[in-house]
Amino acid sequence: MTLNILTLNFAQAISRLGEYLSYGFIRNALIVTVLVSVSAALLGVVLVLKRYSLLGDGLSHVAFGAAAIAATLGILDLEMITLPVTILAAVILLTLSGKKIMGDAAVAIISAGALAVGYTIMKVGGGEANLGGDVCTALFGSQEILASDTTDIVIIATITALLIVLTVIFRHKLFSLTLDERVARATGTKTGLYNLAIAVVTATVIVIGMKLAGALLISSLIIFPAMSAMRLCKSFKLSLLLSPIIAAIGALLGVLLSIILETPVGATVAAVDILIYVITHIIKGKS
Amino acid sequence: MSKTLIRVNSITLSYDGVNVIENLSFDICEGDYLCIIGENGSGKSTLLNAILGLKRPTLGKIELCGIKRREIGVLTQQNPVSKDFPALVCEVVESGCLNRAKNGLFINKSAKKTAFENMERLGVTSIARHPYRDLSGGQRQRVALARALSAAEKMLILDEPVTSLDAKTTYDIYSLIHDLNRRHKMTVVTVTHDIDAALKNGTKILRINKDSVFFGTVDEYLRLDEAKAYVDADHKQNGDDIPFGEGGFRYMGGAK
Repeated sequence: MTLNILTLNFAQAISRLGEYLSYGFIRNALIVTVLVSVSAALLGVVLVLKRYSLLGDGLSHVAFGAAAIAATLGILDLEMITLPVTILAAVILLTLSGKKIMGDAAVAIISAGALAVGYTIMKVGGGEANLGGDVCTALFGSQEILASDTTDIVIIATITALLIVLTVIFRHKLFSLTLDERVARATGTKTGLYNLAIAVVTATVIVIGMKLAGALLISSLIIFPAMSAMRLCKSFKLSLLLSPIIAAIGALLGVLLSIILETPVGATVAAVDILIYVITHIIKGKS
Repeated sequence: MSKTLIRVNSITLSYDGVNVIENLSFDICEGDYLCIIGENGSGKSTLLNAILGLKRPTLGKIELCGIKRREIGVLTQQNPVSKDFPALVCEVVESGCLNRAKNGLFINKSAKKTAFENMERLGVTSIARHPYRDLSGGQRQRVALARALSAAEKMLILDEPVTSLDAKTTYDIYSLIHDLNRRHKMTVVTVTHDIDAALKNGTKILRINKDSVFFGTVDEYLRLDEAKAYVDADHKQNGDDIPFGEGGFRYMGGAK
């Protein structure tokens, strides 16, 4: 009996899925989610190995603060504000943590500060009816991803393609930098320049990923696929290859599940990524 | 007189605002095997960091005359590569060749060949496809040295290369470096606690202590009273039937 209901629900869900997939906007959402996830996962390998995971998390909070201010000022194109502010914050945080003056405390201060300031400004300046909803959207991502148009896709596809090309070209340098930055610097690599580039890329990925997963969840798109790939792979090269593949699978499954379960897209994708990570743990054991 | 590669010109180095080295000058010349010795906290590591360009002198300067940074191979003390770091042994060694490529981005065939030769030299060819994170301390050090050798076109800079290694690995590594220096004219700079090995392998000694500095050839150093004390103590120590250990290098002559 219960089984019957379950099968019935399942059949309904599948038919609903088929129906949704025939809509262009759903396909657009799928493409955008996969592209954003792939970018985030590629970057993730480098961030995790350089132990910058926390930095990525902090920056997304800064992006939230910047978005709050921009929204209050009535600026429609939020990226115009969030991108430069987040890049600037990335550079500042990198310089501070590089000098070991404050280290992770600097990240904590800036990320918590940005959340507090952002929320306060939203409350003071906005005064709109649906403030709670706006905050929730900014923190956890919005369904706006379903309204992605061709321009969005072109922009995000360009960024993703660029990121893939850069990663392929600089893969050996990235390896040296993440394996032992001191030796890299001592043997003539301009580590400061590379770190700056990584910071700029991180800020960009966070800003384009914010719409999908929000300030609090974008980190999981960056970190989990990378962690899963690193657990499964013995080599750096394979990890770099597998991380975006895992992310793409997670994104596809996540979007489809969110349709079936009627859950928020960003959070569902993040949950699937976490599930994949747990599975890799079980497969690989504790070794 | 051989060519000067690095000129250390009256530098003062400070650590946390306290001067650890004051007004130090010396030259590193082509073909030198320079051993930097001194007590803990005497500023050896700080000096090495300054030579590596990782620390700026408060006063004075360090000039690279006949060498570029990318021609130097560096082996620092075991850096704690995280347990998650995915890297094959061959990837680690090959990354040492990166600076040999023109643009420093790709590893070409000749670089791969260099990497392979150095893996052979250190006896790690059989584990080339093993994950670096699973290796023991001794194996890691062999791999790290193979990487440094792959990068070293003219000079090798080593920080305590044999710390906490077993006698066999210690012996192998000392023999290899000695051979590179004498036969292949590789310039070697090493920070070491192993004075016995320094006196046997090195050509020059830089001894830094809080109150005095010595820089000169090994022969000159051996004429100092403090060196005699070391040599005597060393003989006594080795009388206590420790065939290998840090003094193990003395047996090198017969082994090869």
